[in-house]
Amino acid sequence: MRIELEVWRQDGPQDRGRFEQYVVVDATPEMSLLELLDRLNDQLVEQGIEPVQFESDCREGVCGACGVTVDDRPHGPVPKTPSCRQHLRAFGDVSRLRIEPLRSAAFPVIRDLVVDRTALDRVIWAGGFVDVETGTAPDADDVLITHDDAEQALDFAACIGCGACVAACPNGAAHLFAGAKLAHLALLPHGRLERGRRARALGQVLDDEFGPCSSYGECVEVCPAGIPLAAVAAMHRERLRGLFRGKAD
Amino acid sequence: MTTGERPGFLARRRRPTAPASEPVRASQSATAFGAEVDSMAPQLDAHVPAGDPLTAWARRCAEYRLVSPANRRKFTVIVVGTGLAGGGAAAALGELGFQVDSFTFHDAPRRAHSVAAQGGINAARARKVDGDSIVRFVTDTIKGGDFRGREADVVRLATESARVIDHLQAIGAPFAREYGGQLATRSFGGVQVSRTYYTRGQTGQQLEVATAQALLRQVQRGTVRLHTRSEMLDLVVADGRAQGIVTRNLVTGEVEFHAGHAVVLATGGYGSVYFHSTLAMNSNATATWRAHRRGALFASPSFVQFHPTALPVSSHWQSKTTLMSESLRNDGRIWVPKQGGDPRPANQIPEDERDYYLERRYPAYGNLTPRDVASRAARDEIESGRGVGPLRNSVYLDFRDAIARLGKAVIAERYGNLFDMYHDATGEDPYVEPMRIAPGAHFTMGGLWSDFDMMTSVPGLFVAGEAGNGYHGANRLGANSLLSACVDGWFTLPHSVPNWLARLGSGPLLAPDAPEPQASITAVNERVGWFLASAGSVRPVAFHRRLGALLYAGCGVSRSAATLGDTLDQIRELRAEFWREVKVDGRAGQINQELEKAGRVADFLELAELMVVDALDRTESCGAHFRAEFVLPDGEARRDDAHWANVSAWETTPDGAHRRHSEPLTFQLVPLQVRDYR
Repeated sequence: MRIELEVWRQDGPQDRGRFEQYVVVDATPEMSLLELLDRLNDQLVEQGIEPVQFESDCREGVCGACGVTVDDRPHGPVPKTPSCRQHLRAFGDVSRLRIEPLRSAAFPVIRDLVVDRTALDRVIWAGGFVDVETGTAPDADDVLITHDDAEQALDFAACIGCGACVAACPNGAAHLFAGAKLAHLALLPHGRLERGRRARALGQVLDDEFGPCSSYGECVEVCPAGIPLAAVAAMHRERLRGLFRGKAD
Repeated sequence: MTTGERPGFLARRRRPTAPASEPVRASQSATAFGAEVDSMAPQLDAHVPAGDPLTAWARRCAEYRLVSPANRRKFTVIVVGTGLAGGGAAAALGELGFQVDSFTFHDAPRRAHSVAAQGGINAARARKVDGDSIVRFVTDTIKGGDFRGREADVVRLATESARVIDHLQAIGAPFAREYGGQLATRSFGGVQVSRTYYTRGQTGQQLEVATAQALLRQVQRGTVRLHTRSEMLDLVVADGRAQGIVTRNLVTGEVEFHAGHAVVLATGGYGSVYFHSTLAMNSNATATWRAHRRGALFASPSFVQFHPTALPVSSHWQSKTTLMSESLRNDGRIWVPKQGGDPRPANQIPEDERDYYLERRYPAYGNLTPRDVASRAARDEIESGRGVGPLRNSVYLDFRDAIARLGKAVIAERYGNLFDMYHDATGEDPYVEPMRIAPGAHFTMGGLWSDFDMMTSVPGLFVAGEAGNGYHGANRLGANSLLSACVDGWFTLPHSVPNWLARLGSGPLLAPDAPEPQASITAVNERVGWFLASAGSVRPVAFHRRLGALLYAGCGVSRSAATLGDTLDQIRELRAEFWREVKVDGRAGQINQELEKAGRVADFLELAELMVVDALDRTESCGAHFRAEFVLPDGEARRDDAHWANVSAWETTPDGAHRRHSEPLTFQLVPLQVRDYR
């Protein structure tokens, strides 16, 4: 397969950046999107051009390290699938792709397709955890959790932290990400004890670093972990609950 | 206490040297190496408390010295890696009040490769009436490891496993629950009880996310300083103990020294040396290898587990191999065409022209033979030309008969998500045509040698998780890797590191302008500069690909003196070619993935040599280390307990020669016996 690529090149955070045109002549349908970039880089080095920098790690869809925008869609044309699991054979009759970084004001470009997503970690360290010191937990078999609560908590906990939801949002909101964390921990007995203060703390970071939510739902369409729109509702609900209740739990 | 004073404890922990009276045992193969391998094998002391191994850990904990809460902030501990072991150790030490510097080369701690583990985490909680117990756990793990692991360590693993589940559940891992509200369990290979706790097929992910959250909590509390996108490139040893690390900031290129009173390496395994492995793209051995070059002994480098149901390499440009769950072998039948190179699609090959070789060779276990046996058998078929697929490098795993017997709906219910994953990865529909699978490099039992307290042979340098050599002997049981990482990080190092610190005293940290850190920084900068000025024409990744192919062929699922000898020569040639031909584009002061890769491949090329030296030296077959010359009449592995009931821990001298140290293994709870699963 011959694929023409328009790839975002940017030397560093201060550089303006621009698209460059490249061609990969020996792409194959089995290739993933990232393997296409691997192949492109082989060819660029042969031509004396610096290879395109992009992130990936597990290439199995769980680490959340990868993420590029393909023809304006975070991760690529296949819905709810991370970049590493987007295979060319699923792209249909394609001969041209435009690849750029995940785009969001919260994710400054570091170089080429690599962005800085530490804003997501600032959401977590504001309160996206449980205050239990090592060794002090009670017997987990004595802490009863219904089968359904455990399963539902896992639906929200499946988030891989890739940031595609933020990049897909016209407002650059992180409500799906933060709401998934609130919903996950609010369903578990230990997490419930600081449910209110956690919601207030995370809400503050969303105000400071991300855009507002207008319930467009674009985030859900690109989420590789299948986080449901209920996470966005949870963000709003938990925050209101925390504000009115005013207590730690 | 100043660093000039050396307490008795430190003196005891200095790197072992050969006592003059040491009994000398020259291994057969050592002579084949002549000058490279010293036939003297100095004995190592693992400092296991004498007496009953069942109480060893409790007795050791009672002996450990403590640091009072008010004094803890005077100590700095460096923890490299943020997976389950490193993240757990950093969080737990931070909670205790120590100043922790935590390093990851990722942009966020949650990306560590612990995240990719699927099946579950074992724990000897023994709540059910199925006969589980601490001793049962120890027996399973020691036998599974073919008697090449340290018994007292495995007792600690079993004992601490109960509260690992309690803790991880409390900090946010939503373990699967029964309808009565209790924790659910399932069974894994190599055991006859149900002790594996899980969160669907994403157990590693949930434990890792919970651990990363706990780590970020300590960042907020101010006890942990998190250094993301920072790669450790050297260990600084001064005055006979580890006193810090040298890192490169992957964004700015800055090379810096970080001083600590203790250093913990939790940097994962080195399975990615095989290029195509189930590991992540960035997994590498640089941190442990650099520590090795600074004096930390490297144990059992040749002990690598190959998983029989990995996805095969299906095209030249494939970047890695993905694991398919072992559970598929319950209903799938493994076969190859009797005629090598048969051009027909699988479904057109009639029944009498198929060879269900596992069922034929191992009628009692059939398709459910242990991992090492299944991997070796698949390799035999592929090597003899009967492999299938476009590259003839895989075997079929066929569900046709199971679908005919049980119906498609039942198979979909059991394996639906795995079938989807396979379809997603290959574009083939396993309901219609058989899956193709092949052995893939997976987990490394070898790693930096450590004693019972998780301290390496360099005083003050600790190791945790897959980066070490603990627990698993020559073969790891499924669901024991998440457990060992958690036990090391959350419940072992928080005891043993403070003991070291209490004995050391909170003297000043090594100054950045001391000669040792300056020499390390200079060496790192010189190497970076050399790469960027290199005049070659070949990308580092091309050498990695070739190294992986060499290792799969010569030091893979099975090995022999002939293949290993050839491989050793080829690795050395490849290494020479690397330094002659490598090309690294870009600059130092920005993200430069070519530069990162070049350093990692350079270290892989050194480690690979030691793996082959170890495989050649160990003249027996045990667990995943299968030497074709050492087999029983029925073709099974022939262990040699008279000569090899020990751990080989290697030293590499500054000029690159290798010298074996040996830790004798004794078994009090599980008597030595032939592992027989037939």
